[in-house]
Amino acid sequence: MAKQINVALIGNPNTGKTSVFNRLTGLNQKVGNYPGITVEKKQGIYKYGRGRKVHILDLPGTYSLNASSVDENVVIELLLNKNDKDFPDVAVVVADVENLKRNLLLFTQIKDLGIPTILAINMADRMKRKAITLDVQLLEEKLKTKIALISSRKNEGFDNLKDLIENYATLSTKPSLNASRIAPEYFDRLRKAFPQQDLYKLWLVITQDVNFGKLDRQEFKGIASFKTESVSNLKRLQQKETVARYQFINETLKETLHIDVENAKDLRSRLDRVLTHKIWGYVIFFGILLLIFQAIFDWSSYPMDFIDTTFASLSEWTKTTLPPGDFTDLIAEGIIPGLGGIVIFIPQIAFLFLFISILEETGYMSRVVFLMDRIMRRFGLSGKSVVPLVAGTACAIPAIMATRNIENWKERLITILVTPFTTCSARLPVYLIIIALVIPDDRVLGIFSLQGLTLMFMYLLGFGAAIFSAYILDKVLKIRSRSFFVVEMPNYKIPLPKNVLITVVEKTKAFVLGAGKIILAISIILWVLASYGPGSFNDAESIVRQQFASENLNEEEIAMHVDSYKLENSYIGKIGHAIEPAVRPLGYDWKIGIAIVSSFAAREVFVGTLATIYSVGSEEEETIKNRMAAEVNPVLGTPLFNFASGVSLLLFYAFAMQCMSTLAIVKRETNSWKWPMWQLVVMSAIAYVVALAAFQFLK
Amino acid sequence: MLTIASLKKGQRAIIKEFSVDVVPLKLLEMGCLPGNEVHLVQTAPFQDPLYLNINGSHLAIRRETASKIEIELI
Ligand SMILES: Nc1nc2c(ncn2[C@@H]2O[C@H](COP(=O)(O)OP(=O)(O)O)[C@@H](O)[C@H]2O)c(=O)[nH]1
Ligand SMILES: [Mg+2]
Repeated sequence: MAKQINVALIGNPNTGKTSVFNRLTGLNQKVGNYPGITVEKKQGIYKYGRGRKVHILDLPGTYSLNASSVDENVVIELLLNKNDKDFPDVAVVVADVENLKRNLLLFTQIKDLGIPTILAINMADRMKRKAITLDVQLLEEKLKTKIALISSRKNEGFDNLKDLIENYATLSTKPSLNASRIAPEYFDRLRKAFPQQDLYKLWLVITQDVNFGKLDRQEFKGIASFKTESVSNLKRLQQKETVARYQFINETLKETLHIDVENAKDLRSRLDRVLTHKIWGYVIFFGILLLIFQAIFDWSSYPMDFIDTTFASLSEWTKTTLPPGDFTDLIAEGIIPGLGGIVIFIPQIAFLFLFISILEETGYMSRVVFLMDRIMRRFGLSGKSVVPLVAGTACAIPAIMATRNIENWKERLITILVTPFTTCSARLPVYLIIIALVIPDDRVLGIFSLQGLTLMFMYLLGFGAAIFSAYILDKVLKIRSRSFFVVEMPNYKIPLPKNVLITVVEKTKAFVLGAGKIILAISIILWVLASYGPGSFNDAESIVRQQFASENLNEEEIAMHVDSYKLENSYIGKIGHAIEPAVRPLGYDWKIGIAIVSSFAAREVFVGTLATIYSVGSEEEETIKNRMAAEVNPVLGTPLFNFASGVSLLLFYAFAMQCMSTLAIVKRETNSWKWPMWQLVVMSAIAYVVALAAFQFLK
Repeated sequence: MLTIASLKKGQRAIIKEFSVDVVPLKLLEMGCLPGNEVHLVQTAPFQDPLYLNINGSHLAIRRETASKIEIELI
């Protein structure tokens, strides 16, 4: 069997690498992480000939081989390491025909590494409109390569590209230009010291320290002596190198590429005049945010309700169909609701990524960064952080996944860490019931409802907490990241439906397979803790019957009291009792303690748990509210839910990391348990202290 | 000193020689080279960042960086 061909797709951002990748592999792709870092690794396979395979790696976009971010570093580490199992037999450099000059810089660098290289000039469909003509044959000759002129949009030129890949062995591995002439004496010395090594590779190893990465220098013993050059000398050489490459490219393109400048005034400048306008730009962006918000808050609720009822009836059906017993309970009450708890997120994730991928595809996202940079950078956030922060108001899960689009790791990490502070929709039922209970139904100035204002304050508080902690984290976190800012503003494009679809499917899959396992495991654990207990738990029925023997209750009422008794004596009930001393200073009793512990499954569970403990059969808000109003604080003798404890509880829910699904997704997105645990501890501590202070001050 | 930061909308200029000690290499690689023509497309509120067209490369950079790149009006 012939060995498989390893192909690496390399290119500047926005040249259409991912579109080419999607065309070549279809849905036959796998997205993972590079080990130890959080850069996305996309690989796929297609077959040719008699079952022979081509393995394709879609590398992160990079402008050159001088890395200035973790993403870009991935490309260099791979290209300098012949022993990597993904080391390419052939590199396909994807270029945009409209940005050929800049795209060729990277191409000439890759050629210098001596790797067989194909130049895939993408977006050929745009040539006619832009009046671009290209002498492909002459360009091939000048660059010493083979060119495939392709269009991912029209699906043209891919047969040619596949042919070139198949015959990669015939490609020239000579450099396009001699870049070492910028400092002949220096490079001569280098060549003599390492006769076995590729000169450009040596140069990269020497200069990477100046830039970003750490390369394994085992094979380059003694190279340190070449660093005697001062850093600023090396930098000057790099500048000279870049200028030399551009000179070569300019000369080459002068003879081969012709662009009719008359067509320069185009759609782009007209759209930019509005979309990046000082006023209209923000109005439009705000409108788009509103639309996204509407989609994940409102439109998603229909499929979510459907998922909710479907899983509920599935659970019901299982219980009536299977023989009663522990195993059936596990399936019907543990596993099925646990799965439902994963599936329920899919509509929001799908909607959010539908919008985000359209915004990215059209090129609009770069305009968002342009508009928001000034405001967001003060808090250590990226212009792109706005989308996750707003989406977090519906749900932190899709919001945190949306941070993938932030290129800078520090800005991305900060966004991930602070997003859970924003008021997600699961907090709403908790807020509503407590506000109704402890905030008077008065009006301020005769117009504004005090309860409504309180709710608004809770939203502002969440947002404020996010922004404020971002500011702190920016000062505290010591993460090396690119300190300067330069963003390319790509051409506006109509999104490719295939790209959008693949993004949505990919994100959903990543959530279900990545975070889903953890969510399912924790929800089963929580269910077991709530459904089993030591000692008297198992005699709940007879104990309750005895207790209420004189009261003449009907079967339904008995059953409610049994449930309540069971919950109190379950393991979770024991935990609630155990933590009572800790939560009493906040104004809570053990029942609230239980509700807080079990609402770790999802915040809104708080209300349902209280309903069970208070033996009120329905989750009707009025009934629970009346029952809660009647509760008495065992120590103080005052109503348990008064102004002080209510405010304390509101604040606790505003700040606490009360959501296992969020922890699971943070684990996935940061590729370690360190950050979610950090979040859990710090957020809980803040919540505890603030709630404690509020209660002690107000009581 | 006339720099990109002082460029007004619609004005055209040529980038003068600059030192890599103050201007990041990345900017060079993205097409911001001495001798290239630059014009201002748009500015965000407070004149920061700046949206530039440098010889057909469309880039947004911060005012701080822009103020380090000298130009000559044409
Ligand atoms: N007109 C046109 N647009 C394309 C073509 N290939 C990709 N695009 C668009 O170019 C943009 C960037 O594509 P993408 O694959 O995400 O680029 P990447 O950043 O290199 O992965 C998207 O809006 C694509 O829809 C093409 O052949 N023709
Ligand atoms: Mg891509």
